[in-house]
Amino acid sequence: MTEIIVVTSGKGGVGKTTTSASLACGLARRGKKVAVIDFDIGLRNLDLIMGCERRVVYDFVNVIQNECTLRQALIKDKRLETLFVLAASQTRDKDALTSDGVRRVFDELAAEGFDYIICDSPAGIEKGAHLAMYFADRAVVVVNPEVSSVRDSDRILGLLASKTHRAEQGNGGVKEHLLLTRYSPKRVASGEMMSVDDVKEILGLDVVGVVPESTDVLQASNAGVPVILNDESDVSRAYEDAVARLLGETVPLRFISEPKKGFFARMFGG
Amino acid sequence: MGLLALFRRTPSSANVAKERLRIIVAQERSARGGPDYMPLLRRELLEVIRKYVNVDPGAVQINVERDGEHEVLEFSVALPEKAR
Repeated sequence: MTEIIVVTSGKGGVGKTTTSASLACGLARRGKKVAVIDFDIGLRNLDLIMGCERRVVYDFVNVIQNECTLRQALIKDKRLETLFVLAASQTRDKDALTSDGVRRVFDELAAEGFDYIICDSPAGIEKGAHLAMYFADRAVVVVNPEVSSVRDSDRILGLLASKTHRAEQGNGGVKEHLLLTRYSPKRVASGEMMSVDDVKEILGLDVVGVVPESTDVLQASNAGVPVILNDESDVSRAYEDAVARLLGETVPLRFISEPKKGFFARMFGG
Repeated sequence: MGLLALFRRTPSSANVAKERLRIIVAQERSARGGPDYMPLLRRELLEVIRKYVNVDPGAVQINVERDGEHEVLEFSVALPEKAR
């Protein structure tokens, strides 16, 4: 069975592509056969984050328009045997995507024995975002603990519950998960940032991961190496935990609290 | 954070954010899934009522309630004191 997971958020810049790349790598590291697809037609970026931008010959739109085969367009990752990237088109506009075309690509990937298809959604709620979520079995909703991101993600939850194939079929709908990024336990402790529990309570979702704010994310994108592959980083550990939870394992949340300060530090500042 | 912070009792900005979101999300969720014509229906009904009684826009409530197989359009208007 091929499972289709959409990584979505509504708001831009919250970490969808970083999350898509890391979840895809994490699943592939566990031996799963994974295709990660960039749905942001016209604003291709997944290839840069994955570090394969110079190897893009054919893209997702070429496959949909029958200008090449799926095999020709799938870029095999150099680090992980079972990981493939399907880049977005940089020159076409988003109308080049069609629902039938997307379905045909997914069916072909399923026939090729892929375990997971990760759909990296564009920001917004237009066609690209709609098609990225339409055939999904599960959704990872990426949220920053900040008002506009939380509100936009609630809008996305509404669309997942009504404008997807699973919702239209009435067979339980899309399973939704919350993934918090840029989380700062220090700012949560000082009351400047909403906590995991606050966001969880507002949106009513289960938490699949909490990724701490870190300079490692920028360094990873600079290098074109998905941050999960930086084994020294807490961000990598947080994404590994999220992958484990996606696979049904029970893993306690890490990196959500600051180490406790002693009595003197609290009284006299620090 | 020093001694003073221990006695400070103003709500944190995170709490303010949480309260604001709780309200707006609840409001947007209740509007969601309703028929598309609801905002227009609400406006036109209000115009008709205002020909006869000067009611406040906020005094008109329209809801679609789901009751098993049926959908019930619920409509209520709070009339001002003097109109009675």
